[in-house]
Amino acid sequence: MNFLTNLISGLSLGSVYAIIALGYTMVYGISKMLNFAHGDIIMIGGYVSFVLTMYVGMNGWVALLVAMVVCTLLGILIERLAYRPLRGTGSLAVLITAIGVSYFLQNSALLIWGANPRVFPSLFEGINTIHAAGGKLTIAPVSLFTILANILIMIVLTLFVNRTKAGKAMRAVSEDNGAAQLMGINVNQSISLTFAIGSGLAAVAGVLMCSAYPVLMPTTGAMPGIKAFTAAVFGGIGSIPGAMIGGLILGIIEIFSRAYISTELSDAIVFACLIIVLLVKPTGLLGKKVSEKV
Amino acid sequence: MADDKKYVETTDTGHGYENRQDIYYNDNVGGRAVFVDAKEHDQESVTETILQERDKDRSPILEVKGLGIDFGGLTAVDDFSIAIGRREIAGLIGPNGAGKTTIFNMLTKVYEPTRGDIIFNGKSTKGMSTVDINRAGMARTFQNIRLFDKLTVEENIKTALHHTTDYGLIDGMLHTPKYRREEERIHKEAMKYLKIFGMTKTADYRAGSLPYGAQRRLEIMRALATKPRLLLLDEPAAGMNPSETAELMDTIREIRDRFEIAILLIEHDMSLVMNICEGIAVLNYGRTIAKGGPAEIQSNPKVIEAYLGKSRGKMNEEEEEEEKDIEAAYKIGTVASKVAPKPDEGHDRKEEK
Amino acid sequence: MADRLLKSISSRGLKNAVKGSEYRKEALISYGVLVVGYILLQLGAAVGFIGHNLQGQFVPICVYVSLAISLNLVVGISGELSLGHAGFMAVGAFTGVVVTRVLEQSIEFGPARLMIALLVAAFAAAIAGFIIGIPILGLRGDYLAIVTLAFGEIVRNFMNVLFFGLDEKGHLLFAFNHTIDGIENNQRIITGAIGATGVTKLATFTGAAILTAFTLFVVLNLKNSKQGRAIMAIRDNRIAGESIGLDVKKYKLMAFVVSASLAGMAGCMFGQNYSTLAPVKFNFNTSVLILVFVVLGGIGNIWGGMIAAALLTVLPEALRQFADYRMLTYAIVLILVMIGTYNPAFRARITAFVEKIKPKKKDKGKEKTGKEAA
Repeated sequence: MNFLTNLISGLSLGSVYAIIALGYTMVYGISKMLNFAHGDIIMIGGYVSFVLTMYVGMNGWVALLVAMVVCTLLGILIERLAYRPLRGTGSLAVLITAIGVSYFLQNSALLIWGANPRVFPSLFEGINTIHAAGGKLTIAPVSLFTILANILIMIVLTLFVNRTKAGKAMRAVSEDNGAAQLMGINVNQSISLTFAIGSGLAAVAGVLMCSAYPVLMPTTGAMPGIKAFTAAVFGGIGSIPGAMIGGLILGIIEIFSRAYISTELSDAIVFACLIIVLLVKPTGLLGKKVSEKV
Repeated sequence: MADDKKYVETTDTGHGYENRQDIYYNDNVGGRAVFVDAKEHDQESVTETILQERDKDRSPILEVKGLGIDFGGLTAVDDFSIAIGRREIAGLIGPNGAGKTTIFNMLTKVYEPTRGDIIFNGKSTKGMSTVDINRAGMARTFQNIRLFDKLTVEENIKTALHHTTDYGLIDGMLHTPKYRREEERIHKEAMKYLKIFGMTKTADYRAGSLPYGAQRRLEIMRALATKPRLLLLDEPAAGMNPSETAELMDTIREIRDRFEIAILLIEHDMSLVMNICEGIAVLNYGRTIAKGGPAEIQSNPKVIEAYLGKSRGKMNEEEEEEEKDIEAAYKIGTVASKVAPKPDEGHDRKEEK
Repeated sequence: MADRLLKSISSRGLKNAVKGSEYRKEALISYGVLVVGYILLQLGAAVGFIGHNLQGQFVPICVYVSLAISLNLVVGISGELSLGHAGFMAVGAFTGVVVTRVLEQSIEFGPARLMIALLVAAFAAAIAGFIIGIPILGLRGDYLAIVTLAFGEIVRNFMNVLFFGLDEKGHLLFAFNHTIDGIENNQRIITGAIGATGVTKLATFTGAAILTAFTLFVVLNLKNSKQGRAIMAIRDNRIAGESIGLDVKKYKLMAFVVSASLAGMAGCMFGQNYSTLAPVKFNFNTSVLILVFVVLGGIGNIWGGMIAAALLTVLPEALRQFADYRMLTYAIVLILVMIGTYNPAFRARITAFVEKIKPKKKDKGKEKTGKEAA
């Protein structure tokens, strides 16, 4: 039963990674950039929600909505101010700028909220942990909700990307920026929309993650950000189902290595698995093989 | 000079070209798929006939039999067969999308063929990589020029001389006397190539910043510097004006004679192909529709229908139009590439016209 | 037969062509930057112009300059993004600490111990580079970047569970994922996440500067060699490189391993500058920091990266007056500089301005070559 408990917490952690990875994957797909500031948007989402519940006294769920709005706007703003001026200048320049944005967000949070860790009020306070199989199997409500939220987000996002006009436009821009522009698609708008969705989801991931692991610091987002990025690559960067699968697998590997191998080495094991996957499938599990035309 | 002697010799034997082609290509005239021919006839006796006429060493440099490739169910090239003699200039023509570059890519193992055999210099190239192919003696240029843009012209050639440059990593890192000796030697060798192609002055310029024509020359030079036995040229005359094309024709012939190698080229410019190619294969929709000498190809009804137009008369009209197109392209081209001719060069051009 | 096949390309035909980077010029500027920097810092310290805090940064400055040079070999010359340079630095640092400690009794002379440590560190980091280089060979672009990132994290993680110590006889003890029992505190060399403790500092400013010079020497020489040309050719056009017979994997690996081993040496020097050294020093942020030097200095521009490394190492110190705002300011400066240097509109304006200033001089130069040609 311990195994099942671990599996569920693995799936839950994996779901958080998957939701964050979606932001990475979509942004990468459309603008071919690694948005290293994405992890810090999670942290901002967490802090906004924290402030609203603790100091404004807002309901946790309303606070989540507000955090989503704030992060969405933040995402659009960052893209507009920092990334758009560098569009088309090669991925390295944008990457460094993204790192600059990441430093900026972290240090802003440091100035506003200080370096001390804050205890995050869980969204599910008051809801009891589910015990099953004679107390051997424990399921935290946050785990269950995170997994369900991940599934829901994935379904809605897939429908959005495949069925709606805006979603198709996003795919077109991912495929060929120039051609999409010639077809009358507003590329700027599509990219903004992608950042908006990714950042909004980051807020959700932030609140869910902090509900499960209730420590909030300016650097809270950094490591999950890197791991979610790993998850996105694991599944094949640019692919939405890939992000989900990558996230879930990564979460499970991490929890299981913590439980059965070593707490200190769990990160090393996660990253080693990534390297092995890339050795076998150089573009990730669901990534498309891109061949250069000669 | 030894070079001169060889040059004369090869041109002398060159007088037999036309006969040779008749012998070699006769079987394939009439639009029958060459693949079938290759099976029906004793291929070896055919090659033997040619090579006795032509070269002292007997085997052809390249023999391709039944070459084909599928891209996810789509057959891009099928049943392609060709044999190229050691000093032959052969042409591969066909409409856009016929699969010509794909054949080059299979020959150089950028793509692994789905079917068929490639025998290069007497050895099957099965399992060889692009790198192995080059080391075995096949070099190529690309349709869309692929230079090492940020390296200088000289460095581009020195890079191609890589395998004859004899020093190790430690020598390279510490610049030992061995390094100095070898670098001095390959500098001289690179300059020799530059001199042959009239590009000495460009040595220190970045390859990517050269005018278009010079980039094409450099690409050919770079391929030659790897000391190939067979040179594949992918549309060498693309973007050139008629006088440049005429110059290129002489160059290609002289490369063959001076370096004593075989050349296979893809070209849309019919004047070039018909003038310098001794054997021509015509491709359409991935299949060989005709093979033969220039005269045969020009009179082949299948070729005319599939490639040049529907009737003989129409073909000529189209050719004329093509000529106009090329001239127009030249005008645009010169503006774009900013090749301002020197006064004496301009004079030459006028004479040629 | 004429020794020419084609009419020579005239100088006028090269009107818009750009001269390639001149090796001699680049070397001269790079060594110049190093020597001038060294003299200025030494003088500043002697005169008392440079305070004690900044003097403490002398060795790190050299180390980071050196790291920027070696990373440029991968990012600029080989054209691959590496996000794990700190991993090699860590391998070098910890190897160095262990080696110097083991040799403490047998070799009294500090610089000799340092030399040996540097060599062993270079070797260890080269092996690490080789191991990590194998999987990355088949990968391209951002996938390669993530593997280097993963590598850096794995190294740091491993450092967290590594334990080294000495027994009474001075033999080396090693444990993985558990502490070594029964040895005195002062016999511990590396203690898991706490890292190395009780290091006898062997690094000096001059020593670090010599290491930087060596790194510069190797990278510049390599750039102007058969191997360097092959590496750059593959960067510029992989397919063309293969078509002229360059073994892509071999050269990519070569760049990676040489860069790793130079980073290992720099890491070793870094480790010898502090009495304690925790693995957390070599996290992802450090890798990124080195990458920032390279990109800010202009990718592939060796001396640009050197200057950027030196300035950015000093900058947080110089921003001390901003107190709490200093890292925030650093972030803003970074973003603005990136946009300033890479934004096309902004760059166009700069180039136009530069052209305006010196168009005549340029034309003169061209005419001169033209005359020579004629």
